Amino acid sequence: MSASREHVLARVRAALADVPRDEKPEDVTVPDDYARSHDQGEPIGLLVDRLEDYKAVVHRVGAADLPAAVASAMAWRNTHRVVVPADLPADWTSQTATRTVAGDELDIDELDAVDGVITGCAVAIAETGTIVLDGGAGQGRRAVTLIPDYHLCVVRADQVVAGVPEAVARLDPRRPLTWISGPSATSDIELDRVEGVHGPRTLEVIIVE
Amino acid sequence: MSATFMGMPAFPEAARAATGDAQLRHNLRKATRTIRDKRAAVVEELDDWAGLRAAGAAIKNRTLRHLDTYLERLEEAVTAAGGTVHWAADAAEANAVVTDLVRATGHDEVVKVKSMATQEIELNEALAEAGITAYETDLAELIVQLGDDTPSHILVPAIHRNRSEIREIFRAKMAEWGVPAPDGLTDDPRALAEAARTHLREKFLTTRVAVSGANFAVADTGTMVVLESEGNGRMCLTLPETLISVVGIEKIVPTWADLEVFLQLLPRSSTGERMNPYTSTWTGVTPGDGPQEFHLVLLDNGRTDTLADQVGRQALRCIRCSACLNICPVYERTGGHAYGSVYPGPIGAILTPQLRGTASEIDASLPYASSLCGACYEVCPVAIDIPEVLVHLRERVTEGGGHAAERTAMAAAGWVLEDRRRLTLAQRAAAKARGLVPRRLPGPGAAWTDTRDVPDIPAESFRDQWRRRESGAPGRNERKKRGGRR
Repeated sequence: MSASREHVLARVRAALADVPRDEKPEDVTVPDDYARSHDQGEPIGLLVDRLEDYKAVVHRVGAADLPAAVASAMAWRNTHRVVVPADLPADWTSQTATRTVAGDELDIDELDAVDGVITGCAVAIAETGTIVLDGGAGQGRRAVTLIPDYHLCVVRADQVVAGVPEAVARLDPRRPLTWISGPSATSDIELDRVEGVHGPRTLEVIIVE
Repeated sequence: MSATFMGMPAFPEAARAATGDAQLRHNLRKATRTIRDKRAAVVEELDDWAGLRAAGAAIKNRTLRHLDTYLERLEEAVTAAGGTVHWAADAAEANAVVTDLVRATGHDEVVKVKSMATQEIELNEALAEAGITAYETDLAELIVQLGDDTPSHILVPAIHRNRSEIREIFRAKMAEWGVPAPDGLTDDPRALAEAARTHLREKFLTTRVAVSGANFAVADTGTMVVLESEGNGRMCLTLPETLISVVGIEKIVPTWADLEVFLQLLPRSSTGERMNPYTSTWTGVTPGDGPQEFHLVLLDNGRTDTLADQVGRQALRCIRCSACLNICPVYERTGGHAYGSVYPGPIGAILTPQLRGTASEIDASLPYASSLCGACYEVCPVAIDIPEVLVHLRERVTEGGGHAAERTAMAAAGWVLEDRRRLTLAQRAAAKARGLVPRRLPGPGAAWTDTRDVPDIPAESFRDQWRRRESGAPGRNERKKRGGRR
């Protein structure tokens, strides 16, 4: 193994014989005059617009109305049993009649048998309609938002940033991240977009202002 | 994929067959136009696109010029995060590493995330020889695998198949590989996607080893990045116990912050979306979440040869978005198979001959598989000057004794062009004979006309016309309406 390592590195160095020996990576300048965000509108309104463009269902509520909004979404989807991360704030699900089960202990088959999952998120990007999960508070491990067919995600207004650079700066790369832009989709058959292949086929988002 | 590219005909020959396939041309035309219109619209949304493009190109240049530094940094970061790094000088070595790693798990099945690198090294075939079954889980790759076919586009590998063909493939082949297609399967894309979901779900929930590539590998943090749409990537990257990622050494970006550029450039250039539905990033292993064993296989396989060429090096900036395929008038007519490589289109025409060399006929023909119109350079999100590299590679092919017929023709043309009197005589002779020129040239010229129509020969040369106008005499063009051959 290490022979291959030395072999490849030696070939890389030989290939770069034209690069001056005293050149440092930073000597290759990278223009940074691109924008941190693009002034495409008020971030929350923009996020809603982008999410709806991906066929996600979006609601905007005040903080006091979140439990009722969750209950209403659960009833509308006719869910009986949904997974929640163990540290999901208890008041979010305080008004729903749907049974919630802590996802942390469930195996893959058990996750496959529930009606949906409720989580929070780490960051949301308005310009691209992207929600990022980082396994932090109220998000659980990656499998809980992957296997159930319905994902209800709660986004706090202070988690919304305008553009991708701001999101990258807020995130910790040491955590496993999942960036979600709309529900699972494919365009592999004659470029006809079909929502839902393997990930959740329905993405519903409640934005709390 | 059991089909291989062995014995592939040279591009002009393969292209002639492809351009005669009306169904293929219809599929391609519709697909490439749809994607490029979408791309243009979302690129238009960003007023700093030129800046992002310049930054993307510069970050990749920085990486390539100091690749040894970044490779060592990446190795260190991945190892620190609990992963294991392997190095592979060529395809055989990479396949052996992966085969050994899979064997060590005690399993004989792997699920795969769509990956160009593993196709390039023909990993599935190597695993099959070792008794390990690899399941492609991207819908298009599944169609290609079940159809015993090869991909024809970087982004949508089954672009050459229409819905009724896909239905037939599913009906005929799914049962051999696992859950069969449902009875009464229609050719509605929704029904076909549902059949794929059911077929693959069993694999996702039971397979313990996964193989992926990566769109980016971040040197300073050891983070791998995979962009996808369907969720099959997430399934493979999170549910198995062991994850093996085969990644070309050119996929590195120096820092985590650099992703802010590429996560804007790639989706918009590729699918014409503001962002692809799912992006997964992981750094080594995370206790309690995802695979607990992670192996990174760093692949050379011709990349250092490409790096050594100061003009051709820029091809390694490629982020595999496929915008150049979708804009290319040649690709639109021939499709991907004619290029005889997993990398088709303009980028394939410069990348493949550099990765594989130009010894074979197909590889020597690829730098000529272009009209040099430059559209590919215009749309490239990392500003690869594909026409420049094409011309450079043509030179290399010619010097290397690649195209004998072309060298003969060039020598003859040189003899005529270097003497004004010879040129004038030749032009007048051509003008007289213009009615006799066939659409397809005989003899050594046939190769040239296989992919082009013979241009109309003007009734009068520019020099003759100029001389006549100066003297005020009426010309042939005015005396007789010019009759085209077609």
